[in-house]
Amino acid sequence: MGKAAEPSTPGASPPNAGWAALRKNRAAYISFWLIVAAAIIAFAVPPLMPDVFKEPSDSTYLGPFDRSEGGLHLFGTDINGKDLFYRCLAGLRVSLVVGCAGALISLVIGSLYGMIAGLAGGRVDAVMMRAVDAIYSIPRLLFIMVFIAAFDPRIRGLLDAGRLKAAENGWEATQDWLDSLIPYSRMIILIASLGLVEWLTMARIVRGQVLVLREQGFVLAARAMGQSRLAIIRKHLLPNLSGIILTYLTLTIPTVILDESFLSFLGLGIDDPAASLGSLLKDGAQVINPIESKWWLLAFPAAIMSILLLSLNFLGDGLRDAFDPRSSKGR
Amino acid sequence: MLPFLARRFAALLGVLFCVVTITFFLMKAVPGSAFDREKEPPPHIKEQMLKKYGLDGSPLSQYARYLGDLVRGDLRVSWKYRNRSVNELLADGLPYSFKLGALSFVLAAGAGVAIGALAAARKNSAVDFGAMFSALFFISVPTFVTGPLLILIFGIWLGWLPVGGWLEWKSVILPAVCLAAPYAAYVARLMRNSMLDVLSQEFIRTAHAKGLSEIAVVYKHALKVAILPVVSFLGPLAAHLLTGSVVVEMIFSIPGAGRFFVASIENRDVFLLGGVVIVYCTILVAFNLVVDIAYAVLDKRIRLHG
Repeated sequence: MGKAAEPSTPGASPPNAGWAALRKNRAAYISFWLIVAAAIIAFAVPPLMPDVFKEPSDSTYLGPFDRSEGGLHLFGTDINGKDLFYRCLAGLRVSLVVGCAGALISLVIGSLYGMIAGLAGGRVDAVMMRAVDAIYSIPRLLFIMVFIAAFDPRIRGLLDAGRLKAAENGWEATQDWLDSLIPYSRMIILIASLGLVEWLTMARIVRGQVLVLREQGFVLAARAMGQSRLAIIRKHLLPNLSGIILTYLTLTIPTVILDESFLSFLGLGIDDPAASLGSLLKDGAQVINPIESKWWLLAFPAAIMSILLLSLNFLGDGLRDAFDPRSSKGR
Repeated sequence: MLPFLARRFAALLGVLFCVVTITFFLMKAVPGSAFDREKEPPPHIKEQMLKKYGLDGSPLSQYARYLGDLVRGDLRVSWKYRNRSVNELLADGLPYSFKLGALSFVLAAGAGVAIGALAAARKNSAVDFGAMFSALFFISVPTFVTGPLLILIFGIWLGWLPVGGWLEWKSVILPAVCLAAPYAAYVARLMRNSMLDVLSQEFIRTAHAKGLSEIAVVYKHALKVAILPVVSFLGPLAAHLLTGSVVVEMIFSIPGAGRFFVASIENRDVFLLGGVVIVYCTILVAFNLVVDIAYAVLDKRIRLHG
């Protein structure tokens, strides 16, 4: 049993009790604020930095804390003379956006799927869960690689066609908007495909919880009172599922970030001139050689990635202890 | 048992069929042709080449002929490595991948069990906290972060070990450690939890009461029972190591089969990609089947169905 079993204040509702339990878990609490701080820095600081840091320059491979070219390069510069601190923040931002958006898609698919299976029960439930088992057993990331290779040029072509069409008709706002989307086509397809792949665990958890909830007295009472299925889902199931969904959302975000970095590291995800933590690691790993090691290009992205993933996992574990009554990690 | 095996085998074939079909049509959906990366030959030569590689006719007829070849065990010829069949390429690469995987398997299981048991035996000590924190670290941080860092530290700064390739026995140490670390960490956590469960049971108290030494109690009596969940993780472990080695092989430039994955996608090498996907999926699904059977043999309470 997790700590949520003993609410800190008598009569506290489960979410409040969970929050109280989370505050007592020091590692998870610190991680939570670390992630908030990292997100704020990643979004707020880059616009404040001088533009010379963001463009390629002649001052390539400056070491960390170098003050020689146009200000302080905290993390040094990379192969194109861009400031590595700026690149890391931009990469962190991309990784966070992909992680959150992908996890949200997986949340919608997973909880809908799980809820339908759990509510339908019987044969429908059995078939739906066997399908989940089957998808679990195939190497999904390998399919994403093929999927991206197949559809990235198409989406790019589609956006391009739409832009030309807009230009013909003189819709300037649409044209600009589509124009700005084109460099992000890889990111869009990454978010979509990762979200489409990582919903399996969510579906299993939600279905299990729905199976328990639907036998409870208050659901039975609601049904006896003649409430519609939709009303039961909205008023009785969703509030009781919210804690567990939130928990597994936090655990899905690092998974999606990992997948994205994995693909970017292999050169199949986010690529130049955009950056993600994975593509920065790829660049860093490529310049490691015995003659002259440019260690900062590898060390800083690696450190940011490690801290981010560790914090997300600490937070996810903490939330699970707080919200998931079945987890036995409270030992 | 036999009907169960037959049904699972049929399911395996079904999964493989779906995998082949999806891969083939996804690769067909990629815009551009295999000639994108090189100069396009004159039309009549191009036609001959397409015919030779079985890429002429409608997609459906190509697919049907490909399936026919697959049934005969022919994975066809690679488009990129012109004179090599996919069978040959895989036969060259897989031994390296298997050796790396086997070494990592032993490392992950051995180190994981030892560390987990030690952490449980010294619960809440500095050893326990240290072990569990590093376990969480290695579970959270992927091999493509730890791999280049290992190269940087042990290969370049300290200069103790070779940084890649497969020339001497020393060059396999870093990739094996890198591949094994996250799974050793997972096994250690599993082992610690299970060991703590076992150590709180009656027969352990009896063993203590008999006056057995701490070492005999923990490593002889408790270990035997506590190791069971780890045993059941060995199947998935083997499967994970197989797919995990794709990226490790790339980082450490090992001439295994994993590197063909990315290369074949980049080169639009349909048949090489198909071959790699088929072989990897077969091995993965077969491992799952072996695990199910092993469960049933080990634990008589589980009945096989489905």
